[in-house]
Amino acid sequence: MEILMSVLAGILFTAGTYLVLAKSLLRIVLGTAILGHGALLLLLTMGGIKTGAPPLLGLESTAYTDPLPQALILTAIVINFGTLGVFLVIAYRSYQELGTDDMEELRGTDDE
Amino acid sequence: MMNNLVILPLLIPLLTGVLLIFFRKQIKVQRYVTTLSLLLLMAATVVLTHQVSVEGTQTLNLGGWEPPFGIVLVADMFALLLILATVIVTFCCVLYGYRTIGEEREKHYLYPFIHFMIVGIMGSFLTGDLFNLFVFFEVMLLSSYILISLGGEKGQLRESLKYVLINIVSSMLFLVAIGYLYAITGTLNFADLSVKIAETGQDGLITTVAIFLLLVFAIKAALLMYFWLPGAYSAPPMAISAMFAALLTKVGMYAIFRTFTLIFYHEAAITHELIGWLGVATMILGGIGAVAYWDLRRILAYNVIIAVGFIMIGLAVFTEVALAGSIYYLIHDMIVKALLFLLGGIMIGLTGTNQLREMSGMIRNHALLGWMFFLAAFALAGVPPLSGFIGKLLTLHGAIDEGFYVMAAVGLITSLMVLYSVMKIFMNGFWGENQLSVEDEKMSTKGLLFPCAILAVLSVGLGVGVEWVNVYVLQAAEVLNNPQLYIDAVLQN
Repeated sequence: MEILMSVLAGILFTAGTYLVLAKSLLRIVLGTAILGHGALLLLLTMGGIKTGAPPLLGLESTAYTDPLPQALILTAIVINFGTLGVFLVIAYRSYQELGTDDMEELRGTDDE
Repeated sequence: MMNNLVILPLLIPLLTGVLLIFFRKQIKVQRYVTTLSLLLLMAATVVLTHQVSVEGTQTLNLGGWEPPFGIVLVADMFALLLILATVIVTFCCVLYGYRTIGEEREKHYLYPFIHFMIVGIMGSFLTGDLFNLFVFFEVMLLSSYILISLGGEKGQLRESLKYVLINIVSSMLFLVAIGYLYAITGTLNFADLSVKIAETGQDGLITTVAIFLLLVFAIKAALLMYFWLPGAYSAPPMAISAMFAALLTKVGMYAIFRTFTLIFYHEAAITHELIGWLGVATMILGGIGAVAYWDLRRILAYNVIIAVGFIMIGLAVFTEVALAGSIYYLIHDMIVKALLFLLGGIMIGLTGTNQLREMSGMIRNHALLGWMFFLAAFALAGVPPLSGFIGKLLTLHGAIDEGFYVMAAVGLITSLMVLYSVMKIFMNGFWGENQLSVEDEKMSTKGLLFPCAILAVLSVGLGVGVEWVNVYVLQAAEVLNNPQLYIDAVLQN
C-alpha cells in the first residue's frame, strides 16, 4: 500500500509541476491544487499506514494507528482549500483587469 | 514555566480582527479600535518580556496537553524581542496608513487583514512545533496575499500572481519536508526533535531534510531565492510595503534561526557553511540590484535583500557573540526598514513619481523629512552611534574571530553599497534645484512625520542605549546558543 501511495504521490507531483509551468493562468492554479494533493498524500504515507485499532481508550489491541498524520492532513486540506480559493479569485480578477491569462504577457516591469 | 499570558499576542489581534469585520463602513471606529488594540498588545508584550527576563523562558501547553504530544507555545527572549519590534513597527505603519491608504481600501477590510497577518507573524514566533509553524505561515501568507492585491491596480495584480504562486509552491515543499521529518523522527515538536536527533545523531538523511527545510525558509526569507521580492514589495501602498519589508522576511529568518540553532546544529560544517555562502551570494546580488536601479521603491526593496544576507552570517559563524549581533541587527533592521519605506513613501507621495531622476531639492521645503532620511540611511549602513552599528560590529567581530574572513569582507563591502544606494536617494531627492513648490505637491506631510519620528527616535535609542538593550539581546543569544535551555523549558515544567 505504501509503495502504491508513493507512486501516486509522484504522479501527482509530476502532473502538478507540468501544469504550474504552463502559460495559461487557470492551468497554473489547477497545478497548485494538484501539487497540494501530492504533498498531502506524501504526508499521509510518510506517517505510516498501519493496520491497527483506532487509538481509543478501551480498545484492546497490540497495534494502534498513528492519528497524528491524519490530524495534520485535515488541517493542511483546509489551508490548501483556502489558498486555492484566494488564488482563483486573484487570478480571475487579474484576468478581468489585465485582459489576459497568458503569463508570458505578464512579465517585466512597468517602465519597460 | 506555564504562563497564560503567552497566548495574548495571538488572542488580542485575532479578536480585534474579527471584531473589525463588523464595522466595515465606520472607518473612524476601525482606526480607534486598531490603535487601542495595538497599544494593548504592546503592553502585554512588555509585561511578558519582563517576566521572561526574570524567570526564564515561558511556555503554554494549549488544552493542557503535555508536550511533545500537544500543541505548545514557547515564549523565549528571541521570539519576544521580535514580537515587540513587530508591534512597534505595525503601530507606526498603521498610523501612517490612516492618512495615506485611502477610504476605499480601508472599507474593504484592510485593518482586519492587517490584524490577521499579525496573528500569523506572532504565531510563527511563538509556536513550539513544526506543523504549527506551517499553519501560522499560511495564516500570515493568506493575509499578505490579500493585502498585496487589495485595491486591484494592474501592477498589484500582476505582482501578486507571482507572489502567491511562489509561496504556494514553497508551502507545498514545506509540507513534504514535514512529512519526511515525521517519518524519520516520529515527532514534530521542536524540543523533542532536538532531543531525538541529539540521541541518534544527525545522519545524512536528516541533513538532507534540513537542507530541504532551509530551501523552503530561504524562499520565504528571500535568502538567495529573492526574485519575487522586488516586484511584490513595490506593488502595494507604501504603508503596507513598509510592513511587508519590515516583518515578512523576518519570519522566514526566524524560522531558519530556530531550526538551525535548536534542531539541526550537529552538522554545522555542511548546513551552517551553506547558510553562510547563501548569505554572501544574497548580499552581493542584492547590493548590485540596489546600486543599479534609479527607481526609489526598487532600491529600498533590494536593501531588504542585502540585510537578509548579512543576518545569516551571524548564524553561519554560530558563536554567542555573532548570534547576539544577528539578533541585534534583526531588530534594528525591522525598525529602520519600516522607517526608510515610510520616508520613501512620503517622497513618492510629494513628487508623484518613483523615479529618482525626476525628483530634486526637497530639502528646501521639507528639512525634517530630509534629515530623518539622512539619519535612516546612516543607521542602515551601520554608522555609529545609530542602531545598525552594534549589530554589524558584533557579527563581524564573531566572523573574524572564527576565521570567516570572506564573509566579513563581503559584509563590509556591501555596507558601502547600501550606503551608496541610500545616499543616491538622498542626494537626488533632497539636494539640487528645487523643482517643486509647496503648491505643486501632490499631498501634504501633515501627520505623516510623527510615526516616522517614533521609529527614528527608536533607531537612535537602540544605538545609544546599547547597555540597556544588551541585557535582553544576550539572554536571547544564550537560548539560541544553548538548546538545552529551550528543551528544559518545554519538556520539564
